[in-house]
Amino acid sequence: MTTTPAHIEYVTRLGDNALILGQRMSEWCGHAPVLEEDMALANMSLDLIGQARMLLTHAGKLEGKGRDEDQLAFLRTEMHYRNLTLCELPNVDFGRTMVRNFLFASLQVLLWERLLASSDTELAAIAAKSLKEARYHAQHAGDWVVRLGDGTAESHERAQAALDYLWPYTAEFFAANPTDEAIAAAGIGPAWSELEAAWEAVVVPVLNEATLTVPARTPFKSYGKFGRHSEHLGHLLSEMQYLQRTYPGAQW
Amino acid sequence: MYTQALDIPQQNAEKAPRAVENPAYQAEFDAKIDAGGYIEAKDWMPEAYRKTLVRQISQHAHSEIVGMLPEGNWITRAPTLKRKAILLAKVQDEGGHGLYLYAAAETLGVSRDELLDALHTGKAKYSSIFNYPTLTWADIGVIGWLVDGAAIMNQIPLCKCSYGPYARAMVRICKEESFHQRQGYDLLLTMMKGTQEQREMVQDAVNRWWWPSIMMFGPHDKDSVHSGQSARWGIKRISNDDLRQKFVDATVKQAEVLGVTMPDPELKWNEERGHYDFGAIDWDEFWNVVNGHGQGNVDRLAARVKAWEDGAWVREAALEHERKRAAREHQAA
Ligand SMILES: [Fe+2]
Ligand SMILES: [Fe+2]
Ligand SMILES: [Fe+2]
Repeated sequence: MTTTPAHIEYVTRLGDNALILGQRMSEWCGHAPVLEEDMALANMSLDLIGQARMLLTHAGKLEGKGRDEDQLAFLRTEMHYRNLTLCELPNVDFGRTMVRNFLFASLQVLLWERLLASSDTELAAIAAKSLKEARYHAQHAGDWVVRLGDGTAESHERAQAALDYLWPYTAEFFAANPTDEAIAAAGIGPAWSELEAAWEAVVVPVLNEATLTVPARTPFKSYGKFGRHSEHLGHLLSEMQYLQRTYPGAQW
Repeated sequence: MYTQALDIPQQNAEKAPRAVENPAYQAEFDAKIDAGGYIEAKDWMPEAYRKTLVRQISQHAHSEIVGMLPEGNWITRAPTLKRKAILLAKVQDEGGHGLYLYAAAETLGVSRDELLDALHTGKAKYSSIFNYPTLTWADIGVIGWLVDGAAIMNQIPLCKCSYGPYARAMVRICKEESFHQRQGYDLLLTMMKGTQEQREMVQDAVNRWWWPSIMMFGPHDKDSVHSGQSARWGIKRISNDDLRQKFVDATVKQAEVLGVTMPDPELKWNEERGHYDFGAIDWDEFWNVVNGHGQGNVDRLAARVKAWEDGAWVREAALEHERKRAAREHQAA
């Protein structure tokens, strides 16, 4: 298989999603509402960083310019990051964190399921390992969405506010684009636009169980996966990349 | 580790070793301890033994979770993805240690919420080592090497302590702590092979952490009030000074391999004793930090309290959801 730019971009997007959300989730470590959640959030963050390492290593190999996982993670600037905007948004509170995790992990489950059959065998192997993790993340976050939505008046209000805030960013998940078309045609993976109905079929019943109102679609569009991000990514990267930027070329 | 305050003189020492509350039970308890056996949660035990254990185990648990903060300070800034994963896993382990230890304390009839309340209100202590700031990435390596290293020295004897649930928790914990120590040392080896700036960072971190690390073993034996009773109960098996010496002897050699120097001009091999001699410990500094006279203590506690208070609505929601679910099930039945 000859490597195409679309292939590199697609794998990079998967890796960047995992890295940026993993980074966000790691911010919770030591600050969660109960010790068990400190552990669970650290665990999920570790899963995502592990996925990011495999995916970015793979993307670097596909690219063939000798860039490894760390060069890709620490030496790219905002516009070269291909993660969904949703992944880079600040945690704000436990409610927004869990609603975000649920919306994203539910997408990841569908992606990994489809990527098991990827013509890119390395990607298929990563999918096999990551699918179990994503299922656990979706389950864990989904349980919390239900608890918070159908908990106290305050928790319901916070969960609904989180959903209202995050929902518009989920349109980006399914935005059609030439990269996805090329990838689908090459049998590497699904065009994400194909997954929308399946995603809603998984997500909406849980939101209903949580007694949350599913927001209507709005004209709002975000473009993180195309390299145009929110203001938040720059701050996340400047923190994450600090040592590599300050001491160029040092080994750690 | 982290049990230094057990030996603090100004805390009311439980005098009256083996106070006789119930002579028959007491004799059985003593015999078990003397034979090196384990006391289990369901067994009778003297009240002072129970109280001492609750204090020691909860202090250790608090130390594990407060200890997540100084290292957590670098998770988002770790220099490589591999180091980020290692650090995150390490801090997660410390949270796990907190969990095992709270569970061990709960077997003694206290709840985790009560223990946390004592931490948050400043009634319970945690190891003062975690009040020091982590200023550079090298601190992460030095904490693993020296702080986890000192912790292991302190904790290995506790794997054979007389209280079964505590001893079993310590076995699991010690295994992970020695892993942390090796990872910390490996991080430092890599930095020492790097640039001049990296080596300076490591030396600076050693300069800041060396004395606090050797203070982790607590006051000198002659100033240690609780040690006698605790030794008799089999919950402190080796003296503070012996453990400290063992730690110094082991780490000085590791420092040589690393290529760093300890900030102690009096540190030198004593052929006669077969040990390293070291300089006088600044106990004023020790007591200041132990007693929380420092902004480090204020900040750490504030971070724990904030996490707890910010999470209150989440815990309430979980309880309320459970209550609703149970009510619905009851109605359906
Ligand atoms: Fe520890
Ligand atoms: Fe620990
Ligand atoms: Fe540790």
